[in-house]
Amino acid sequence: MTRKHLFNVGALLRGLSITFGYMFRRKPTIQYPSVKKQHAPRFHGLHELRRYGDGKERCIGCELCSSVCPANAITVIGAENAPTDRRSPGERYAARYEIDELRCIFCGMCEEACPTDAIVLTPRFEMADYRRGSFVYDKDRLLVPPAAGVGTPPDERPGGIPGDLGRVAEIKSTVDVAKGYSATWRGEVLKTQRKGLAIIKPPQEAS
Amino acid sequence: MIAFSILGAILVASAVWTISARKPVYSVVALLVNFATLAVFYVTLSAEFLAVIQIIVYSGAILVLFVFVIALLSSGVAPFSAGPNRLPMIWLPAGIVVLSALVFVIHAIAAAPAPPAPAASPGGPVGAPGVFGSVADFGKALFTVHILPFEVTALILMVAVIGVITLTSEHIPSAASRKSEAQVDREMREAILRGGER
Amino acid sequence: MPWWLEVLIKSAILLFVVVTSFAYAMLVERKVLGWMQLRPGPNRVGPWGLMQPAADAAKLMLKEDLTPKTADPLIYKLAPFISLLTAFSVYAVIPFGASSTGATWAIGNVNAGILLILAIASIGVYGISLGGWASGSKYPLLGSVRSTAQMISYELAMALSFVGVLILAGTTSLDGIVNAQLRWWFVVPQFFGFLIYVITAVAETNRAPFDLVEAETELVAGFHTEYSGLRFGLFFIAEYVNMLTVSCIAALLFFGGWNAPFGLTMVPGVVWFILKVCCFMFFYIWLRATLPRLRYDRLMAFGWKVLLPVAVLNLIVTAIVVAYHG
Repeated sequence: MTRKHLFNVGALLRGLSITFGYMFRRKPTIQYPSVKKQHAPRFHGLHELRRYGDGKERCIGCELCSSVCPANAITVIGAENAPTDRRSPGERYAARYEIDELRCIFCGMCEEACPTDAIVLTPRFEMADYRRGSFVYDKDRLLVPPAAGVGTPPDERPGGIPGDLGRVAEIKSTVDVAKGYSATWRGEVLKTQRKGLAIIKPPQEAS
Repeated sequence: MIAFSILGAILVASAVWTISARKPVYSVVALLVNFATLAVFYVTLSAEFLAVIQIIVYSGAILVLFVFVIALLSSGVAPFSAGPNRLPMIWLPAGIVVLSALVFVIHAIAAAPAPPAPAASPGGPVGAPGVFGSVADFGKALFTVHILPFEVTALILMVAVIGVITLTSEHIPSAASRKSEAQVDREMREAILRGGER
Repeated sequence: MPWWLEVLIKSAILLFVVVTSFAYAMLVERKVLGWMQLRPGPNRVGPWGLMQPAADAAKLMLKEDLTPKTADPLIYKLAPFISLLTAFSVYAVIPFGASSTGATWAIGNVNAGILLILAIASIGVYGISLGGWASGSKYPLLGSVRSTAQMISYELAMALSFVGVLILAGTTSLDGIVNAQLRWWFVVPQFFGFLIYVITAVAETNRAPFDLVEAETELVAGFHTEYSGLRFGLFFIAEYVNMLTVSCIAALLFFGGWNAPFGLTMVPGVVWFILKVCCFMFFYIWLRATLPRLRYDRLMAFGWKVLLPVAVLNLIVTAIVVAYHG
């Protein structure tokens, strides 16, 4: 700042006028708790374990989600269905199903891996709590209560994708993912290269 | 009279604290209390201007420099060594002599007939124009009756300022070899670009 | 009514007024800063965030009051009170208005009012310098050393900018100065004095762009880095009360105090005074939102090499003009 700058009153006044003008501009702030921003249609939020229409759990305890999880956030312990008390249509069901939401990176790969579309990511994101322990969601909290129906099917959410992508569930391991399939980003299928792999176009921005 | 006693007690106590405090900063705080009390004394003596100047000059400027020096030298943390505070015994009789002289003088003043009170002093509020010690009177006296000592003091202070500058800035380069402001700016910018090595 | 009771009641009322206006000055600052930065500002506590000061106060009171191990406990605890005491005691002599009978609305109508304000303000620097020193850590020390040098340097130019007004008014009492502005405000004949006053007032209160004392980019929080809880709150109050003080002085000395402009005398003088003070407070906030912080050596160079000579020149010119025309 040479002497020229020090006495540049014009610049000073211009700066003042700019800040004064900004005072009356519209503020871009979203008043969060009272006004909520519309999130992307395929937003990845809190998990949910879905049911079939007859109330049976979709999860068959296969542990695919657990093994695909990059953050090791999912713990599944499967068990045989008792003949008298069938929890799920298959032979097995998840006796324990826990997700540590503090470890979870919300990538959605569990959703991709699930052969029965049991685990889905809902748009819910307000999970704040006071204790670390309460972020480990057990099956009681993840499973849709029977009264609430089947839960949100992953492909029928608002702004969702055509049912054509059901084949994505055929990806069986992270190896396939590493071959070039972006498992978290689903959109309109352009071309199916191999079984289980697709080149996709990002979905259009929701209006 | 009650106010005088209380203020006097504070004044003496803070003065004693000033010289007996182990940490220099405590001395400064005690001196601050001392100066402030002194200013109140001036007000009770209807020397309003003097009181204000006492605070502005002594408390507001000189004592702040003390704090400044203490903060810069960071000697404030370390207490004074016990050495200089212990006076040799020879000063004890000297102190007694001075003290008795003081007592004698005060006694003599107290015994003398009181001077006639200034005419305007009773009744008028402290510091009103025309009242003894008001700002206007003080200024008038300073610039007319006492103009010579006033100017001499100013001269002495000026000499002191110039002396300090010449003593401390032996190495001020001559105007010809001094870098211009723009040059210094450019060099600093280059130094920053070089990553600050210099 | 005995005089001491009157003073006590007046002081209590004034204390309430000043503390309340401090609280809302803080809220307004946060709001206006927010608007200028395209944010809405605090709006969650109460309607339009009006209860925010209360929430802040509750938070500060509930926070732990830390004293660093290296601090000097006595001075460390004393410093915020020095700041606050000096900030508040200035209001003992500031008049806010005048009734129709000519009596001023002030706790004490001192003849050397403006000098007394300068004197009390000059003590205010101790709170910062002692507090910074007593914290026993490096950032507060640097901040306090800076502030001490800055405040002493700018106090000179500030006092000199007063003198021009004093010469025009011919008195040092604040109501006398205000009454002298019945015809025109002193901002017209003392325009340069006013400019110098505004600049020095910002520097004296350690506000942006002269807030080198608490330059967070280099000094964390400057002199109050180590302070927490209520003690930090006291420094905070002192800063805003000082802002109010210099705004009051600006209104009194340069903008005719409670004199109504354009002959609009149906509005009471106090309202005019408050309006003028509010304008200055807004200007402060506006400056903070606009200007970046100066570098320290430039701040000092500006104070000594520009402001002081200009102030002296202004004083000399004023004196000559008054001597020949007054």
